[in-house]
Amino acid sequence: MSALLEVSGLSRRFGGLLAVNDVSFSVGQGAIVGLLGPNGSGKTTVLNMISGHLLPSGGDISLHGKRISGLGASRISKHGVARTFQLVRALPSLTVVENVTVALAFGRQKLWGVAARERAMGFLDQVGLAHRADHLAEDLTYIDQKRMELARALAADPELLLLDEWLAGLNPTELQSGIGLIRSLGSSGITILMVEHVMEAIRALCSQCVIMNAGVKIADAPTADALSDPAVITAYLGEQHA
Amino acid sequence: MTSRLLCQITGFLTIIIALTALPFFVGPYTITLMIGMLGYVALAIAWAMFSGPTRYVSLATVAFFGIGAYACAVFNESLPYPLLLLVAGLIGLAVALVVGLATLRLAGVYFVIFTFGLAELVRQLVTWFEVNITGTLGRYIFLPVTPEGIYWQLLALSAFAFAISWLIGRSRLGLALKVIGEDEVVAAHCGIAIARIKLALFALSAVIMTLVGAIQAPRWTYVEPSIAFNPTISFLTLIMALLGGANRLMGPIMGAVPLFLLFEWLSANFPNHYSIILGLVFITIVFVLPNGVLDFVEKGLTHRITAAAKPAEVQK
Ligand SMILES: Nc1ncnc2c1ncn2[C@@H]1O[C@H](COP(=O)(O)OP(=O)(O)OP(=O)(O)O)[C@@H](O)[C@H]1O
Ligand SMILES: [Mg+2]
Repeated sequence: MSALLEVSGLSRRFGGLLAVNDVSFSVGQGAIVGLLGPNGSGKTTVLNMISGHLLPSGGDISLHGKRISGLGASRISKHGVARTFQLVRALPSLTVVENVTVALAFGRQKLWGVAARERAMGFLDQVGLAHRADHLAEDLTYIDQKRMELARALAADPELLLLDEWLAGLNPTELQSGIGLIRSLGSSGITILMVEHVMEAIRALCSQCVIMNAGVKIADAPTADALSDPAVITAYLGEQHA
Repeated sequence: MTSRLLCQITGFLTIIIALTALPFFVGPYTITLMIGMLGYVALAIAWAMFSGPTRYVSLATVAFFGIGAYACAVFNESLPYPLLLLVAGLIGLAVALVVGLATLRLAGVYFVIFTFGLAELVRQLVTWFEVNITGTLGRYIFLPVTPEGIYWQLLALSAFAFAISWLIGRSRLGLALKVIGEDEVVAAHCGIAIARIKLALFALSAVIMTLVGAIQAPRWTYVEPSIAFNPTISFLTLIMALLGGANRLMGPIMGAVPLFLLFEWLSANFPNHYSIILGLVFITIVFVLPNGVLDFVEKGLTHRITAAAKPAEVQK
């Protein structure tokens, strides 16, 4: 499996805090990889640097062997990176379908008008929101806004999809359909890097896990091995297994 | 949908034709009044074009208006009239691009302060240049343009600005601007080139403002920096656009027309208290109608309609 995403020696400093410290890993084409770690370990910051929301303080990120670190988010999106945010970022005064259309209009496909609306409806259907297409985004529940955000990310036609705790807050039924949805995205060829705390989902979806603690990578292995690593159990799983 | 569009375009053209014919039916006083009003209509539309969707509150209006007026004063003897307008527009464009590149990364109140400072800076530079280099402060403008000619040009410019706003609102650019106004992080992640779009809109809006200044200047005959760069122009434009609602197509016009008439009346009847009343109007608008009159009326109406509809539903 060739690597789609290559992260090497990545660091990010906030004032005196080294939130991400010399992290390296790679994500194979078509893989679903988990990025795990206790609260504040730097997972979101890693995603922020990959998507171009934050500039790295050091290190390199490349996609298909091409360096993308240092570019802005809008340029990186054109390379095929899309994401959802840990705290949903809806465009509240736009309708649900408009939210999705934005990614079509300015993404790699440059769709507009009726064609864009049709495609947007397709993505809304995929996440189960088609019936709310013409509601204002601010009128959706938080979970539905997360669905909408995923539809928007998919509309950008990503090769690499970054999910930041997208499954958090779902009830058991919703969780099962959420897992099914992510799995179907994976089988459609999208490479996924997901930050997640829901162990059930990680075991069901991720072939490989990268585990961080206090900004440092402490494990990077096939999921079962990574989760049974003693260092990981002490730093991250301990609290849950005890 | 299309028949509605046809109605709107017909309505727009009818109004433009009626206004074009106006000088044949009214006296010079009305023309003078209409020149002032159309100037502010064009300024308010141009202001809202950039500041409405991006929510960047600009006080640089008079910087560009003044540049237009001064360009007219400087070149009125050396250039034929159409070329004069072109040169004025180009100077406005150049200044807007330089200023835009330098400032559009500033956020919120810093941008407001910078744009206010910019207008003062341009005024001081022009004053310094005139006093120290050319040795004059004021300049005379002798151009064979009639008041009717100025009126028609401002009408054309206002119609152009309105049509551009309308087109933007229906285009991908309009959607990009809305998204930028809502959340720049999302805009960037969806592939929108934020800096470039803001700069383009800022420049477009600035060129229109510059042309308003260049077209109106011959009305003064005599121009000096304190006249051309009067900061009240920036404040009035801003109040007008906010009153009508800077995020609506009709907003700037709905704000500019009544406020212009109000201020004309105030300055004629209360010349000494004009600034105080201006300030009070400004404060009232910001506190009572932060989203503009149109929004207020619309919300009030839908409120009433839903209130009226609810009992009916219950009866069913
Ligand atoms: N923009 C920022 N400015 C300053 N500090 C930040 C910023 N973003 C993150 N941090 C800090 O960096 C550290 C890592 O944060 P990050 O959000 O990446 O953690 P996380 O692993 O995603 O945590 P969680 O599981 O709670 O989402 C934290 O200490 C956080 O306070
Ligand atoms: Mg996080």
